[in-house]
Amino acid sequence: MSYVQSIPPHDIEAHLAEHDNKSILRFITCGSVDDGKSTLIGRLLYDAKLVFEDQLANLGRVGSPGAANGKEIDLALLLDGLEAEREQGITIDVAYRYFATSKRKFIVADTPGHEEYTRNMVTGASTADLAIILIDSRQGILQQTRRHSYIASLLGIRHVVLAVNKIDLVDFQQQVYEEIVADYMAFAKELGFASIRPIPISARDGDNVISASANTPWYRGAALLEYLETVELDPTDQAKPFRFPVQMVMRPNADFRGYAGQISCGRISVGDPVVVAKTGQRTSVKAIVTYDGELATAGEGEAVTLVLSDEVDASRGNMLVAPGARPFVADQFQAHVIWFDANPMMPGRSYILRTETDSVSATVTTLKHQVNINSFIREAAKSLQMNEVGVCNISTQAPIAFDAYKDNRATGNFIIVDRVTNATVGAGLIDFPLRRADNVHWHALEVNKSARSAMKNQLPAVLWFTGLSGSGKSTIANELDRILHAQGKHTYLLDGDNVRHGLNRDLGFTEEDRVENIRRVAEVAKLMADAGLIVLVSFISPFRDERRMARELMEEGEFIEIFVDTPLDECARRDPKGLYEKALAGKIANFTGVSSCYEAPENPELHIRTVGRQPTDLALAIEEFLDCRIGGQMTPLQRPT
Amino acid sequence: MSLPHLRRLEAEAIHVIREVVATFSNPVALYSIGKDSSVLLHLAMKAFYPAKRPFPFLHVDTKWKFREMIEFRDRMARELGFDLLVHVNQDGIDQGIGPFTHGSNVHTHVMKTMGLRQALEKYGFDAALAGARRDEEKSRAKERIFSIRSAQHGWDPQRQRPEMWKTYNTRVGQGETMRVFPLSNWTEFDIWQYILREEIPIVPLYFAARRPVVKREGMLIMVDDDRMPIQPEEEVTEQLVRFRTLGCYPLTGAVESDAVTVPEILREMLTVRTSERQSRLIDTDEVGAMEKKKREGYF
Repeated sequence: MSYVQSIPPHDIEAHLAEHDNKSILRFITCGSVDDGKSTLIGRLLYDAKLVFEDQLANLGRVGSPGAANGKEIDLALLLDGLEAEREQGITIDVAYRYFATSKRKFIVADTPGHEEYTRNMVTGASTADLAIILIDSRQGILQQTRRHSYIASLLGIRHVVLAVNKIDLVDFQQQVYEEIVADYMAFAKELGFASIRPIPISARDGDNVISASANTPWYRGAALLEYLETVELDPTDQAKPFRFPVQMVMRPNADFRGYAGQISCGRISVGDPVVVAKTGQRTSVKAIVTYDGELATAGEGEAVTLVLSDEVDASRGNMLVAPGARPFVADQFQAHVIWFDANPMMPGRSYILRTETDSVSATVTTLKHQVNINSFIREAAKSLQMNEVGVCNISTQAPIAFDAYKDNRATGNFIIVDRVTNATVGAGLIDFPLRRADNVHWHALEVNKSARSAMKNQLPAVLWFTGLSGSGKSTIANELDRILHAQGKHTYLLDGDNVRHGLNRDLGFTEEDRVENIRRVAEVAKLMADAGLIVLVSFISPFRDERRMARELMEEGEFIEIFVDTPLDECARRDPKGLYEKALAGKIANFTGVSSCYEAPENPELHIRTVGRQPTDLALAIEEFLDCRIGGQMTPLQRPT
Repeated sequence: MSLPHLRRLEAEAIHVIREVVATFSNPVALYSIGKDSSVLLHLAMKAFYPAKRPFPFLHVDTKWKFREMIEFRDRMARELGFDLLVHVNQDGIDQGIGPFTHGSNVHTHVMKTMGLRQALEKYGFDAALAGARRDEEKSRAKERIFSIRSAQHGWDPQRQRPEMWKTYNTRVGQGETMRVFPLSNWTEFDIWQYILREEIPIVPLYFAARRPVVKREGMLIMVDDDRMPIQPEEEVTEQLVRFRTLGCYPLTGAVESDAVTVPEILREMLTVRTSERQSRLIDTDEVGAMEKKKREGYF
């Protein structure tokens, strides 16, 4: 389509070879709603004669409320391909378009302007080399201009075109243009772009899009397309140290064992030494296998299968790397996190952290601050709301291999996945590993858990009582504690109210504080179980996420979730502490069951319905369950220590 | 020196195909017999070499494909030795659903969309690879490489996951499935160039030949069998035509062309003024047609 002018039809093969070796520029358009992003891309494609006739004809068929009348075509409709977009006249999701000129190939991601679709802007930005940031000449710099510039810089985009659009609507005044450019340069200097190229543009009429406009004689720079064709790109990642995230292990037969993946950066040749990042094992590359034959050398971007000289322990999620420049391997690090989900990011909550090939449980241990999009000032925050950016310390359940994002976009990124909905709720850019990850290892004590529990002649356990306030948790836990104690068992009861008087006295009842409340109690229970105790935990613990987090802290079979199931009206009727009366009168905020939700357990080990039953009988039933559990396993004395 | 364009696209597709095998328990690849499917089949062979392709290929047959397509399909399965599953929506056959009697919309919904849903459920596939490209159509341009579908197979554009870098979220919940498009970033031109370079076999219908056609609603429809009703005012003529895209024969228009080799096709593409989907009736049978079909579970 675009090649019409430039190709003599006889040497197609030579043309193809040239075509294949053209450099490729990936760019995004961003800016606020109605700044004209989709129109600009539509104009670029249309003026460069890159739009097919049937696609143009279709624009007439579709129409839209925002479409111009008469002969004018609404070029934005070339890109806004979803019905909701056409209805609302906005871009909701990223559209990718591909085009080529005689000089270069382009992949453009037309990204949305609305704040609520920031996640889709990040999607486009994560792989782009350049950002066109549009500004409406009449409006100047808006909050979204700042947000998108900040995110573009955060994601490693190094080049910016500042498209001062709708310049026709301010009568092509140079002064308006100069003021906007000066404003932008002033705030963008903190963002560290390698280049910022301002261009006055009318996307609707095509001024300075494909060719220089007579309407802006005061502008002497290149038109947009010419600039995009010639802007110098950063060198590829070939020169960086070798990184090969292991995607899968190929074992088609007993004689072949290869590691498949895509080279993130650097080069590798047969015979080169490599190190397995997580274990430090050293070996060398014996062969680089592909369907098209074995290679002597391979570099950044290639999807290959490496055969190593020695048997090493490397599986999916690990990385093969250059011995002289190894990545970090740590389970704690600092990262910038962009949050996408309507449910805020909670420090202490357990998420799944996914790198290109690795996947581990992770929690944000500290939210250090969030970044104010307007001022770029750091502000204190307890949680990250949708579309906010924060700096966090993150702890993973197992070490991962990574580089700093500024050094390597491919090995320095991660996504955060919600454990329940599986939604991608955040994106992360790793800053650096935390020192304590290297230095503070779990101290292997001489006297261990099994030795302690053997002495007590019991299996440690964490009995986790969950249920509404007034459901009877503490009463039953008390009864059980009394029974176990009488049997000579070593126990301790952690009660919500009591812990809040000491360890957790600084916490309130917001969702964030409740998460932290449970995290601390779970850690204490874990230590007590390690001491060999049977720990009874009596906490409302309303959220499944946190109960799961507590469960995962303990050993297999150690955590026993006991759902004390009492209907809300019965709890309110009992109201031992008079709390329901206050809550229903609106005097207590965030009261579970009244003004805050309770997520009932789905598969508790024990489901106890209290109505019509005596606490002592229920406690005896739990004691019986504990007995059976011990009967089904080795007694502590027989366990190897 | 960075990787040439086609090599980069190839590596990206291989990475995506491997990612599916590494993270799903029961994947399948959809085989529609077209040029994109042929490229996908070829890439799947490359991705796991020296191992075999670790998943089967599924063809949802509407029983209205060109006869040459079906011959080609069976020959390829024999020669290339891949696992081929063929599924036909028997309910649709029993009801006598067809494009001439029920129109393109009903036919496509029952025989393709419902047929695909039946097949995915029958075999319990949790991920389905397919050869769709973003440059085909506007709503395709909006689709992610890993595209989650509800337990009812629906596509909800507002529920699409952000997809950053090459870090894909491949987790699905109970009953949900993933549709995966390794060729998302390829264009029609890239596909032809790759077919040329890799010498990938394709259905001969892509090459120009004299074929019996009828002009109908501005399109050249090939008379592939005697199920096609010919109106009194219509005339069947032999014309030198080829196909840019292949689907059900009554719904796929031919283009006049004399390109009989892949380089000639490429040369033709350099001057063509219309998109490949122009010859697909189902894209335009109503406004937002493709998006609606995808919401119902169409590819």
